Amino acid sequence: MKQGFDGRDIISIKDLTKADIEHIINVSKEMLPIARGEKKSGLLNGKILATLFFEPSTRTRLSFESAMNRLGGNVVGFATSKATSAEKGETLADTIKMADAYSDVIVLRHPNEGAARLASGFSSKPVINAGDGAGQHPTQTLLDLFTVKTEKKRIKGNNIVLVGDLKYGRTVHSLTYALAMFNATLTFVAPETLQMPKEILSHLKEKGIEFRQSSSLENVIPDADVLYVTRIQKERFPDPEEYAKVAGTYRVDLGMLSKAKKDMIIMHPLPRVDEIAPEVDKTRHALYFKQAFNGVPVRMALLSLVLGTVK
Amino acid sequence: MKELKVQPIKDGTVIDHITAGSALKVLNILGISKNPTATVSILMNVKSEKEGKKDIVKIENRELNPKEVDKVALIASNATINIIRNYSVKQKHKVSLPDTIKGIVRCANPNCISNLKEPVEPAFRVVSKNPIKLRCYYCEREMEDVAGNII
Ligand SMILES: [Zn+2]
Repeated sequence: MKQGFDGRDIISIKDLTKADIEHIINVSKEMLPIARGEKKSGLLNGKILATLFFEPSTRTRLSFESAMNRLGGNVVGFATSKATSAEKGETLADTIKMADAYSDVIVLRHPNEGAARLASGFSSKPVINAGDGAGQHPTQTLLDLFTVKTEKKRIKGNNIVLVGDLKYGRTVHSLTYALAMFNATLTFVAPETLQMPKEILSHLKEKGIEFRQSSSLENVIPDADVLYVTRIQKERFPDPEEYAKVAGTYRVDLGMLSKAKKDMIIMHPLPRVDEIAPEVDKTRHALYFKQAFNGVPVRMALLSLVLGTVK
Repeated sequence: MKELKVQPIKDGTVIDHITAGSALKVLNILGISKNPTATVSILMNVKSEKEGKKDIVKIENRELNPKEVDKVALIASNATINIIRNYSVKQKHKVSLPDTIKGIVRCANPNCISNLKEPVEPAFRVVSKNPIKLRCYYCEREMEDVAGNII
């Protein structure tokens, strides 16, 4: 049975079907002119969004707030847990019950895994997960899919190379699950110690998804359609010299891109440190800033869908 | 030589067909090792036609409730529970893992919200029964060391 979006929580990408995701992508596309400010909208007039950010994430918060404002809605909330009642020991459950009374939809960012799922149990209003610790961040995955879809026309059939910390990176885990739904071909590039966890690989095998693993970025660049770059954190390496060596071989610069397809696109969830050289920004491959902007139409689509103003 | 190595009990619970070597774990999760008033007999490595070897636990004057039975299922998935009243078996059932488990096991992920002071019980979906694998309803992590995380 098809589940509608009105009143629904968006907690984990695994809660969404392929049809759900396709619908979100279609609605996001319609939101583009409003997101760019070219068209005015009063779609969410009189609605209030509560942004509860128990840890700071400026990019995600601004993107949600911009989405709500562009649609004529209002925003209340906080950007860090400093000076909130959570600091004084209030449970998340109680904070949510309060927000539930003051708003029509809740966006939650929290340092603990499972926080958004817990919140959804204490709220009668829809809850959207904006990142729970090392857990889920479904709106990031949705904007990533939206970006691939709009740039490449389709997701299926593209060779998508994921590079960086594939072992601990939540972004790449959720994205891999979602790309598997769409039958993309996947290539995982990481040092052996930071490769994709076994449970995700066995999920891909079960689904019959074609994938490759490599430790060399250079070797896989020529047939990449999408290069999804994530940061490798220094803390993952006991030896700083080893880190420097590894980080160097995964750094994307003009030399690395000399054999890339002309229409290959580079994505990154941002913020980047030095895994992509600034000289790459000016190339036609660089898509990460546009990708970040895509967070706005995708979040506009989600807010209107869960508030029931778009079916 | 007599077949029965331990006297039958008058009232209480007999847990039979416990995976050989797991009897003490079963006592631990039931909290019986901490309760010195119950008379408990343990048989370990008993020959069994079905399993080769098994353990048996007899607890006098105590009938296990359904939640305790679920706990046993987490440790010894083949066990049977016999409730004894006046020397005869009043109820006999094989333990079986339910599809969801609530409030018996804590999540192994220390950063999981269910391990914080929140008004919720930890909850899991059983994703595999043999070997036992649970997925946390909150943080979605899978957990295999069930015995080590029983509350
Ligand atoms: Zn958990």
